[in-house]
Amino acid sequence: MSLALFLGFAVLLVLSALGVVVQRNPVRSALSLVATLFLLAVTFLFLDAHLVALLQIIVYAGAIMVLFLFVIMLLNLQAEPREAGRWGLKLFGTLAASLFALELIELARTKGAAPGGGMAGAVAEGFGTTEALGERLFTHFLLPFEITSVLLLVAIVGAVVLAKRKVT
Amino acid sequence: MGLEIGIAAVKAVVVLLMLLNLAGLLGWIERKGSALIQDRIGANRAAVFGFAGAGLVNTLMADPLKFITKEDVVPAGADRFLHFIAPCVSLFPALVTFAVIPFGDVLEVGGRVINLQVASLNVGILYVLAMVSLGVYGVVLGGWASNNRWSLLGGIRGSAQMISYEIAVGLSIVAMVMTYGSLDLQVMARAQGGVLSPWLPLPAWGIFYQPLAFLILLCGGMAESKRVPFDLPEAESELVSGYFTEYSGVKHLMFFMTDFVEVIIVSGLLTTMFFGGWQVPFLARDGFHFPGGSAVLLPQLAVALLQVISFTVKVVFFCWLQIMIRWTLPRFRYDQLMRLGWKGLLPLALANVVLTGAVILAVHT
Amino acid sequence: MVPVNYYLALSAVLFGIGALGVLIRRNVIVIFMSIELMLNAVNLAFVAFARQWHAMDGQVIVFFVMTVAAAEAAVGLAIIIAVFRNRETVNADELTLLRW
Repeated sequence: MSLALFLGFAVLLVLSALGVVVQRNPVRSALSLVATLFLLAVTFLFLDAHLVALLQIIVYAGAIMVLFLFVIMLLNLQAEPREAGRWGLKLFGTLAASLFALELIELARTKGAAPGGGMAGAVAEGFGTTEALGERLFTHFLLPFEITSVLLLVAIVGAVVLAKRKVT
Repeated sequence: MGLEIGIAAVKAVVVLLMLLNLAGLLGWIERKGSALIQDRIGANRAAVFGFAGAGLVNTLMADPLKFITKEDVVPAGADRFLHFIAPCVSLFPALVTFAVIPFGDVLEVGGRVINLQVASLNVGILYVLAMVSLGVYGVVLGGWASNNRWSLLGGIRGSAQMISYEIAVGLSIVAMVMTYGSLDLQVMARAQGGVLSPWLPLPAWGIFYQPLAFLILLCGGMAESKRVPFDLPEAESELVSGYFTEYSGVKHLMFFMTDFVEVIIVSGLLTTMFFGGWQVPFLARDGFHFPGGSAVLLPQLAVALLQVISFTVKVVFFCWLQIMIRWTLPRFRYDQLMRLGWKGLLPLALANVVLTGAVILAVHT
Repeated sequence: MVPVNYYLALSAVLFGIGALGVLIRRNVIVIFMSIELMLNAVNLAFVAFARQWHAMDGQVIVFFVMTVAAAEAAVGLAIIIAVFRNRETVNADELTLLRW
């Protein structure tokens, strides 16, 4: 039963991801991406990653995509007109991306064996909870955590400096 | 398995109905309350067989009928799909937030112990934050899909205000999570039973541990739901209705209802985290246990009923408080609003978190 | 019970679609969104592996990827705004000042 559910979500994910890439109106692309992020958060819930699923909604769907929508509205971007030429570029791009995806799928099929507990084994009691993530984050991954906070500070300062109107 | 799903479905339906009813009633409290404050009568013309019921018939029957039967106007040049989904995207996260707010302790029926909370996630409060951040989309899309520069202005102002105050609200919630050691709201509500100390028979509610977080959550919550004094995105005297000017009929009703549902959410959060949620002072699962030593035993059903009533009374009190604040204070100017959020509430919330951490460290060593 | 290969295949397909967006589209913001799609595909692979190996490290890496993606989105969009102010366009074909 969970296989049928997974396949349903997979089809929806692929469709909304295609919606991001194919649609000519940038606001609709952004909304398709929000739908993709939502569906991915649900997929994370299937994989016992509760905290990461909610963080996906809070950070990605709730903050980053709002920023994207803000910028699209600020720049007042309208739907792109249909372009006559460029079919060569589109064909080549589609072929290249499909080839890449097929290579990755083949790699996953042959190399993705199931050691280490496997997907069928039930996880430990607190797997995917905030306590488990925090325990790994603040012990083993403490240095990346501190560096990431400096990175966020740099990003804030950079974004403000870049987007300011120059006072002349 | 089927019974589990059935029980969860019944709980969800009960909570949804409670929420929608209270949202409708709040509309009436708002109109009548504002009339009383402003020394006028308020709406009292619509009547059924001569019974006007102090404005109840008007607000609860005539107004919804008027909204539902109005023509649905989509402005020319607007994106029809976005215009259609903006009110839905606005109302849906507000309604489902209530899935993690507990409205009672447990209900023992037929040998089963039913936890009176629709979804007991172990990351409960983060779910509330997630749904609050999804509420920004309704505002942004509502402003954009109207093809109207004043609606767009209201939409951009509204979303900038919401994302600014989300941070202060999140940090005050972090302080509460540190105090109670859990993200699940039911655990927080359960931890507020009992008294502060034997010689101080006050109930051990969160407000005595975190008064600053309460104030920050009250201000930040009112700013999140864009209520006066923070209602510049919807400034009735400037932008007509701001980001939902171009919506008529049921769409307007949905935006309007979002406002009241968010009031109820803020009240629910304040009640659960700071005022004991469903806790009645001195009431345990089997009856009252007074500090003197006497006890009054009650059947479990009566205890559950008392707890649900206590929760409802507290939530209605905070809704009333927010409505009173709305009709008392003037509106913030936009730069004052942003300054309050970033330079006022955010440093306070951060200081609160640091102070809480220091106190917890001192108490535990 | 879904084998991990299925999740990895889904991740690969999403990554391919993101790469497709970067190759085909000319609107800089849509290119940016396709990059975010690729990052999310990688997140899915990490979470699937974390589930397979019963190790929380995969989810910690996802946490970092999300943070870095947020920082990158903020700075990238600020750059796009600055470019738009000067060039009045977000079409990647017209931003050719550094071309040979």
